[in-house]
Amino acid sequence: MTVETWTYVLVGVTFAAYLYIGYLNRVRDTRGFYVAGRGVPAIFNGAATAADWMSAASFISMAGLISFMGFDGTVYLMGWTGGYVLLALLLAPYLRKYGKYTVPDFVGDRYESSVARVVAAIAAIFVSLTYVAGQMRGVGIVFSRFLEVDIWLGVVIGMAVVSFFAVLGGMKGITWTQVAQYAVLILAYLIPSAAIARALTGNPIPQLSFTFSDIVPRLNQLQVDLGFSEYTAPFASKPMLDVFCITLALMAGTAGLPHIIVRFYTVPNVRSARYSAGWALLFIALLYTTAPALAAFARYNLIQELHGKSLGEIRALGWVTKWETTGLLAFDDKDGDGIVELSPSAATSEITIDRDIIVLSTPEVAGLAPWVVALVAAGGLAAALSTAAGLLLVISSSIAHDIYARLINPAATEARRLVVGRVMIFVAILVAGWFGINPPGFVAQVVAFAFGFAAASFFPVILLGIFDRRTNGPGAIAGMVIGLGFTAFYVIGNKFFGMPPFIAGISAEGIGTIGMLLNLVVTFGVSRMTAPPSEEIQTFVDAVRIPRAARNAIH
Amino acid sequence: MERERAAAYWRANKILIAILLLVWGAVSFGLSILFARPLYHLAAGRLPMSFWWAQQGSMFVFVILIFVYAFAMDRLDRKYDVHEEEEIPSHPPLHDHVSHGDER
Repeated sequence: MTVETWTYVLVGVTFAAYLYIGYLNRVRDTRGFYVAGRGVPAIFNGAATAADWMSAASFISMAGLISFMGFDGTVYLMGWTGGYVLLALLLAPYLRKYGKYTVPDFVGDRYESSVARVVAAIAAIFVSLTYVAGQMRGVGIVFSRFLEVDIWLGVVIGMAVVSFFAVLGGMKGITWTQVAQYAVLILAYLIPSAAIARALTGNPIPQLSFTFSDIVPRLNQLQVDLGFSEYTAPFASKPMLDVFCITLALMAGTAGLPHIIVRFYTVPNVRSARYSAGWALLFIALLYTTAPALAAFARYNLIQELHGKSLGEIRALGWVTKWETTGLLAFDDKDGDGIVELSPSAATSEITIDRDIIVLSTPEVAGLAPWVVALVAAGGLAAALSTAAGLLLVISSSIAHDIYARLINPAATEARRLVVGRVMIFVAILVAGWFGINPPGFVAQVVAFAFGFAAASFFPVILLGIFDRRTNGPGAIAGMVIGLGFTAFYVIGNKFFGMPPFIAGISAEGIGTIGMLLNLVVTFGVSRMTAPPSEEIQTFVDAVRIPRAARNAIH
Repeated sequence: MERERAAAYWRANKILIAILLLVWGAVSFGLSILFARPLYHLAAGRLPMSFWWAQQGSMFVFVILIFVYAFAMDRLDRKYDVHEEEEIPSHPPLHDHVSHGDER
């Protein structure tokens, strides 16, 4: 069978499985719709969180990014995993004990303020909407690359599948589909990685062959010969302070992202929230420790296969012509000597490699069977759909629960709330799909900053809400507004209006760290200068801190 | 008395968190970033040590830290008698959730 037939088969089978699982898990109450009835065991919530977390970008683009950044790619590796430690130790168990449906719920209840609730809901919608547009676009791109259908058609197919299980099953449908999607995406990542590791080093375990084989030292040598800095050299593309700030902003942002936090509302109790975070990170680390190995191997392999050869020789390789037609790989014999050469400067380099090719082309470069190529397509779709579903639920719950049910119509019946929830998730899918088909220029640029915004808004306010009894509503609102305002000002000024990165040269990607510190200081300071929170809130904080209320207090 | 026990539990929890976050910061921001240049000349396998910490080691440590916290908190919860009592199924209700679907 050809690659294309295999792709139709695997994508068809996995999509049918997602639909079936969604059908089995349809729900009829808001508890099932928003928090999956709180019946998800820790290890399965871990797998669902991992799929929720790993987006089309993690799956398709991250290894490519690392392979071009070398050492500095660690900002993504550590930034997108280290946040789980913050989440597990500082937030998840207490938010689970609190036990409502959304992040704005916690903010609104803890700070006794509808204003804080609305600010949090708007921030959640903003962060999730920019993020989800990228996922829908990712679905369209995978479809167009592997099946040669138009991007818009791919987006529409993706929307149809997501609406089926998300509208019917809410969080419950999403959770169990995400578990299946995790299995698909991790297999699709590990099989080609193990194959290329084995082909290059004889050892199929990427983490081991990366550390103990001589591929990386040889890659360093190749890079130096070609005029690049060593692959492993730190701070070649960014200064140390910037690497520090980007890593911290991504970590705190990860811990503050609403679609990740709500996953911890779905487990049965506080104890399973803690273990669940461990399982989630273990499942994520399986991909994240493989990615840097894949990045180095693929880069080594590409340089070996392409550099210093004639165009005729290169085009004799089957996969080269295929990726050349997609535009991800381009050759231009600028000096006309009949040989193409890679060099650090774009002006003289005769080979142009798109970062996405690192993951997408690995199975073919490593000479794997057509079904593995098809599996990578199914994996990319699983990664994009699972993340999209989690984000869509947050958007829907922010509007249907936080704004409609809590503020506009608190008297709404259970049945009505559920209908509004379903309608809102469907509307969110339409909006996300529209952005996926017509991506506005700003979306791609803003997605990268969603983490900085989450770090500068949610993280400090939730943290202090648990760990500092004295933090009050005015403090939290001032902190969120100033943290988010400052970060947005710096990012927008720097990216759209040519403002220089005036704070110690920290880039727009890393400024969320400063926004977060600002938020912490403002929240803490304003709280101390205004009246302490009510007695009720003090009790609320005490209750959140303890897994089970003291025995005589219950009975 | 209840209040004191709750306060002692919270203090013990905070100390544990502080210790684990110290390790978290040391491997990620210390070994992988602030000391990346001096550690570059030591080796971990065939890789420069700071590169290994930045792209492999720190992530292994993160996973271990979370499980250590979960285990340690199980013990703290029991010691201060604040653990949850309800039995949670240790095995995923795979069949359960299938049958849930058909209940309605």
